[in-house]
Amino acid sequence: MSDKPISQDTSRAPTSQKRATPIQAGAKDAIGGSVSVTIDGEKTKVPLGTTILEACREMGVHIPTLCHHSDLCIAGVCRVCVVEVEGMRTLQAACAFPITAPITVRTHTAQVRRSRRHIIDLMLKYHYGECYACGRNNNCELQALAKEYGVDFFRFGHPDKPMHDVDRSSHSVVRDMNKCVLCRRCVRTCIDLQEVGVLEAIERGEETTISTYLDKPLGDVVCINCGQCINRCPTGALRANDPTDEVWAAIEDPTKHVVIQTAPSPRAGIGECFGLEPGTPMTYEMNTALRRCGFDKIFDTNFTADLTIIEEGTELLIRLYKALVEKDTEVALPQYTSCSPGWVKYLEHFNPEMIPNLSTAKSPQQMFGAVIKTYYAKMHNIDPKDIVTVALMPCSAKKFECNRPEMCDSGFKDVDYGLTTRELGKMISEAGIDLPAMPKSDFDDPFGTATGSGVIFGATGGVMEAALRTVIELVVGCKVEDLFEHADILPVRGFEGVRYVELPITEVGPVPEIVSHLVPNWDWLKGATLKVAVAHGTANAKKVLDDIKAGGKFSECHFIEFMGCPGGCIGGGGQPIPTSPEIRAARAAAIYAEDADCEVRKSHENPAVLKIYNDFLMEGPCGHLSHKLLHTGYTARGKYIS
Amino acid sequence: MITSTCKNLTFATIEAGAGLKRALELGQAGIIREVTDSGIKGRGGAGFPSGVKWNLCAAAKDPQKYIVCNADEGEPGTFKDRIILTTYAGLVFEGMTIAAAAVNAPKGILYLRGEYTYLREQLEAELQALRDDGKLGENACGKKGFTFDIEIRMGSGAYVCGEETALIESLEGHRGEPRNRPPYPVNTGFDGHPTAVNNVETLAWISCILNKGSDWFRQHGTEKSTGLKLFSVSGDCDMPGVYELPLGITVDQLLAEVGGSNAKAVQIGGASGRCVPGSQFDRKIAYEDIPTGGSVIVFGPGRDMLDVAQNFLEFMVEESCGQCTPCRYGNPTLLEGVEMLRNGRCSAGYLKELVSLGESVQISSKCGLGQSSANAFLSIIEHFKEEIMGRTVDAV
Repeated sequence: MSDKPISQDTSRAPTSQKRATPIQAGAKDAIGGSVSVTIDGEKTKVPLGTTILEACREMGVHIPTLCHHSDLCIAGVCRVCVVEVEGMRTLQAACAFPITAPITVRTHTAQVRRSRRHIIDLMLKYHYGECYACGRNNNCELQALAKEYGVDFFRFGHPDKPMHDVDRSSHSVVRDMNKCVLCRRCVRTCIDLQEVGVLEAIERGEETTISTYLDKPLGDVVCINCGQCINRCPTGALRANDPTDEVWAAIEDPTKHVVIQTAPSPRAGIGECFGLEPGTPMTYEMNTALRRCGFDKIFDTNFTADLTIIEEGTELLIRLYKALVEKDTEVALPQYTSCSPGWVKYLEHFNPEMIPNLSTAKSPQQMFGAVIKTYYAKMHNIDPKDIVTVALMPCSAKKFECNRPEMCDSGFKDVDYGLTTRELGKMISEAGIDLPAMPKSDFDDPFGTATGSGVIFGATGGVMEAALRTVIELVVGCKVEDLFEHADILPVRGFEGVRYVELPITEVGPVPEIVSHLVPNWDWLKGATLKVAVAHGTANAKKVLDDIKAGGKFSECHFIEFMGCPGGCIGGGGQPIPTSPEIRAARAAAIYAEDADCEVRKSHENPAVLKIYNDFLMEGPCGHLSHKLLHTGYTARGKYIS
Repeated sequence: MITSTCKNLTFATIEAGAGLKRALELGQAGIIREVTDSGIKGRGGAGFPSGVKWNLCAAAKDPQKYIVCNADEGEPGTFKDRIILTTYAGLVFEGMTIAAAAVNAPKGILYLRGEYTYLREQLEAELQALRDDGKLGENACGKKGFTFDIEIRMGSGAYVCGEETALIESLEGHRGEPRNRPPYPVNTGFDGHPTAVNNVETLAWISCILNKGSDWFRQHGTEKSTGLKLFSVSGDCDMPGVYELPLGITVDQLLAEVGGSNAKAVQIGGASGRCVPGSQFDRKIAYEDIPTGGSVIVFGPGRDMLDVAQNFLEFMVEESCGQCTPCRYGNPTLLEGVEMLRNGRCSAGYLKELVSLGESVQISSKCGLGQSSANAFLSIIEHFKEEIMGRTVDAV
């Protein structure tokens, strides 16, 4: 659902309208048929129910839009896409008008141009801020519209002072309502796409503004920090909490050893900040750029992604053993993944009773922070107090995650700063570096070796695929390649909102050394069927959770991957703007290509992972030190706001 | 005052239940034919032919349909629905039951204006009496298989909720904001089901039409605006009140009736209507000339038309739902313009720009409220330019 535009739904939001077909009575014989439409004198045929906007785009006729977004249901509120439909008294919003009978459309008459210009002028009358002092300069849809319509003066005036305080209460999202144009994309994102429902319009008329429950600061409401609203905001009204000044200060402080870990998704997206096509991988160019920016060490978060697979996979095996062999009824199954901080906070707010199902394994970001300030510090004889860890993430929720009070198991704040893809793009530009022109260079040791399993964490289904590659080899004792060609577990890939896969375990192998301290043999799994599921975007997560509560098929699952954002991390709230289903698919393709190119593609074969268990986490996965550094607990937040 | 002019209403002469009885004999197609033949158009102001609306709703395939009575009478200067609901609610409920039989809807909702909460108890009692009498409920009116009941739901004082799709949003528990049309409520209305939304007065007239026949109704009014209509008359006239008059009556005739012959201008259709100057008092009040939901506000010779424009714009600024740009920001901009005019600070060029903006608001707003929000301003600028221009601060 979340990855498909609900094109025939011309309503504001109500679920009731989503159910019904908007096809008019009398047109029922034509369902599935086509209808002719004349646009600016050119005649064509389109499928019944196509909107005027879709028909225009199909014909290559440009219609300006602002409130329209391919991920969201149709609003028809900004009115900048109005066109003339012959025989109608008023202009019609092209985005919201489904063609159900032959019509004649004119897209740029004097009336149309005048109205659009007036609408833009009115928005500018209420839009406080100067373009050159805005993070969205040159990437702002309002600015682009003003240019398109030749705005060279403020016809109806322009505010000379701010009308709203900027809400900086959230670790992740900054809200500046002075720049809001009330397109309500954020509202539709929060309510319809993510089904979180933190943002809604309040007041009426000129006083209308987007607000939270009781107008409380964003940091105090049930916001999950996913940042999907940021990705869909046409202006600078929503942005991530930007720590680049602090990061630069750390880099420039000679007493600090500044380490950056980079997650898989930013490398598939950062090229977009430099004008490259979505899905252009920049992994090795980015390493060079980071070095030139002055980071002391560049590590690949894939290392701790692999570590996560081992820890989380082991945890799953322990849970299954307790449930199936020891008949422990207290064991919470299915086990839920815990690497997406948006998802984790969603569960803490909306289903705190399910916290026992959440894997206690930290996210790869937080594992890395703890490992750097302990294992790495010891290895290189650096005082952990002098280490600054920066995490490059595609994510705004990671900023909140690294500020969770419990995330200091190393004795220090495990991760000091979370940086988004966009913010790193800005730092690189600021340093005068042309990213695409950079020579390639590799990650630094000792965590340089990455596996394909770590890379695919970035796409929805990736964590599950990585986990299955490892679990299959550990339990069945055969090569994944024997079961799935090239070890590509295709059933868990893709963009459907929810995927469900069953894997019968017909044979079992010997227990490998890495988990031999936990189970005597695998006989108890022989003949069992491993049931797993994948859901991305919290609206889809909600469907799965509702099904589990109702005792449906997902309640029978053993392991479920949940990602807070549509598309997984490649669609994260820290990724370059804009986003669309096509852009997310291109980024995912880049990630799967990097996986296919990896020499080692399974987490349990990562030599750096094997080494850390040998040298440091000597009690093995889920052992005492692992528990201290790599696992965490959660907070039952509930959804009631004090 | 009001009672003195309400005495001669047709509604007072109608035998309760007779229209409904005949309707049930006529059956679904028969009712729709009778309503279509009568030529009645929506009395709320938009003037959509009721027969066509019912026909579309009847054709929609869905076992669950709704009849909604729009009793969110909020147009400034309108109070005729209040009179109907106070004294002739039976005709409204009868009209809803006829509508239910026509489109085959098992459920009716009366959406009552928040300010009319005091009427609720009385209306609930009337509904209960109808239930006790077997007129509502299962096998209603003794007709086997005909189930229909009516629920009263309250509005909360938003003018925009008189717009039918905003009303439906409000019924569903959302912010009262108009939806995109199409789809229309006759296909996708309340909870996604086909819904016929009719004004209080329309439903009361339909009870009369079914009773006295469509020919009787067509005797009144013009060819395109058939029948009688209630007018809520207020302002600078001797006898304000509710009047029953045929559509097609000229402004002059109406003013003579209400004792307002020395009027300078008349606002017809409330805040969303148009201001008619004395030079045009020979125009007809009818859908084809000056349409109205019934509000007639008379302005005497002493009125400052800039005050009038400001008053209506302030209302629109207050009542705009804030959803679409032209209405949300256009009306405050026009209001600022009025302030500039008052202070003599509005150049002729800027006034021209404001008129152009008003026209943009009319054609590019999302709903009927926005599309008509600049009407009063534009018509006052058009007809009273001399009076409005050239003021100086000192003159205030």
